[in-house]
Amino acid sequence: MNRQSETHESNNGFRSLPILSRIKVRLHNVLSETGQAFTLFFQTLVQIFRPPLQFDLLVKQLLLIGVNSLAVVIVSGFFTGMVLGVQGYIQLKPYAVEGSVARFVCVSIVKELGPMITAFVLAGRIGASITAELSTMKVTEQIDALEVMGTNPVKYLVVPRFLACTIMLPTLTIFSTFAGIGGGFTAVVTLFDVNGSFFLLEAQKNLYVGSVLISLIKATSFGMAIAAIGCYKGFSISTAGGAEGVGTATTGSAVISLITILILDFVLNHILFNILGLV
Amino acid sequence: MISVKNVSKNFGSKIVLDGLDLEVPRGETVVIMGRSGTGKSVLLKLIAGLIPVDSGEIWFDDTEISKLKTKEMNGLRQKIGMLFQSAALFDSMTVAENVAFMLNQHTNYTKQEMLKIVDEKLELVDLEGVQNLRPAELSGGMRKRVGLARALAFNPDVILYDEPTTGLDPVTCTEINQLISDLHERLQVTSIVVTHDMHSAFSVGTLMVMLHEGRQLAHGTPDEIINIDDPILQQFVLFGAPDQILKMENPILKTYIGR
Ligand SMILES: Nc1ncnc2c1ncn2[C@@H]1O[C@H](COP(=O)(O)OP(=O)(O)OP(=O)(O)O)[C@@H](O)[C@H]1O
Ligand SMILES: [Mg+2]
Repeated sequence: MNRQSETHESNNGFRSLPILSRIKVRLHNVLSETGQAFTLFFQTLVQIFRPPLQFDLLVKQLLLIGVNSLAVVIVSGFFTGMVLGVQGYIQLKPYAVEGSVARFVCVSIVKELGPMITAFVLAGRIGASITAELSTMKVTEQIDALEVMGTNPVKYLVVPRFLACTIMLPTLTIFSTFAGIGGGFTAVVTLFDVNGSFFLLEAQKNLYVGSVLISLIKATSFGMAIAAIGCYKGFSISTAGGAEGVGTATTGSAVISLITILILDFVLNHILFNILGLV
Repeated sequence: MISVKNVSKNFGSKIVLDGLDLEVPRGETVVIMGRSGTGKSVLLKLIAGLIPVDSGEIWFDDTEISKLKTKEMNGLRQKIGMLFQSAALFDSMTVAENVAFMLNQHTNYTKQEMLKIVDEKLELVDLEGVQNLRPAELSGGMRKRVGLARALAFNPDVILYDEPTTGLDPVTCTEINQLISDLHERLQVTSIVVTHDMHSAFSVGTLMVMLHEGRQLAHGTPDEIINIDDPILQQFVLFGAPDQILKMENPILKTYIGR
């Protein structure tokens, strides 16, 4: 009985609180939500390794993600590559090192922008739709119905989505990376006086196994983050939330995923480059 | 078979159940009545272990459900069928897939065997030819009946019905009541039926319980219930009660019918 009145007071009085206490309340919420999201993440990991794995559900999610996102991922990659090529050429030209434009485009795309663009597209499309679907199931008591029928909702709903996202993000990253390099190549070769085979040779010389590894490690981590956040936001809505709750959860999911991807990218860069020394 | 002991449940500052006791003996059909918002649906969800109690205990035979591990709870749930007030059909699946869900998850039946059971259960609730429709294409009453077919698919020992007849036409209502009574008589199923519909309550109930302000206001067999002199109870029972009850020569009922 006290719990509700307390939260009510803190909600109503939130704006009148001094700034430090406000930050404290927010921080407390963020931390407790992060904790709950990690709990769901670990439950998911446990359920992945608990047989049986329902392949039909996994395949359905893989197709859904792949079919829904492939075109957008390729187009986004291609145009990002073109922009990089044009900007790179213009910026490098005054120093007379415009020959490095291939290296500039390829390395940026492979290590940074390929995984990042793919993750952004999937956070907006897949992460948000996972949240919308699961939270709708929650408010319409479909998740209760699953439980009553003796089926674990984490295993049945979260595991296939989590695995599919984790597998599809690196897969789609390969497409966006090639599209990006293709875009850079097209822009530079058609708009400027750069030789096509020279571009490709340069690109090849500056790409290492390490770079590809970095790309895939990042993509896999982004995939896990998007699915975990999407599922957590979907499950965390209260049954009493209604349609409004579904809307709030869905936008929340996309925004939190985007921010998490940016932070994760920074952290991974630090670990991969500075600690593990990958190039 | 099921005992609810001194159970309380709040949502925030809202007290829903406040020290409720309830006994459901094996093989009985217990009807639960009560005004809207008294926590009847919440009670069914507590019994199914979908939400935790704040205090008190819920026993299935000699196991207390809050002490069960997830896996044991899932085992127990395979013996429970539940019809949700909203039907709660999976809207990404067809009617047949909904009804076959438990068979698909917990047995190794072939597709043919499952389809046969699906047809059988749909026939029980008087629905045919809807196997390949999606829940969104059904009317409210049809959805409810599919929900009931789904609850029956695994031949449960205990069935929890949340307003099984609300929103159905009188003919289907009578059929559903008949079905609930049949399951009770032929298969000795233990049932809890939440309902506002007194016709249904008196035709299926072997025991009746009235909830009021989070507690049990009255309980007993239908005959006992109409002999309890309590204004809140009688107001509820007499509203829409079947004719054979209204016409009874019962001094207590007479006083309330007058008002
Ligand atoms: N998940 C929830 N979160 C917050 N409050 C809830 C939740 N579920 C139920 N309640 C509250 O509990 C009370 C009882 O709800 P419940 O659905 O059990 O009523 P009911 O007796 O089934 O009513 P009806 O006959 O209208 O179905 C209501 O006041 C409702 O607002
Ligand atoms: Mg209800």
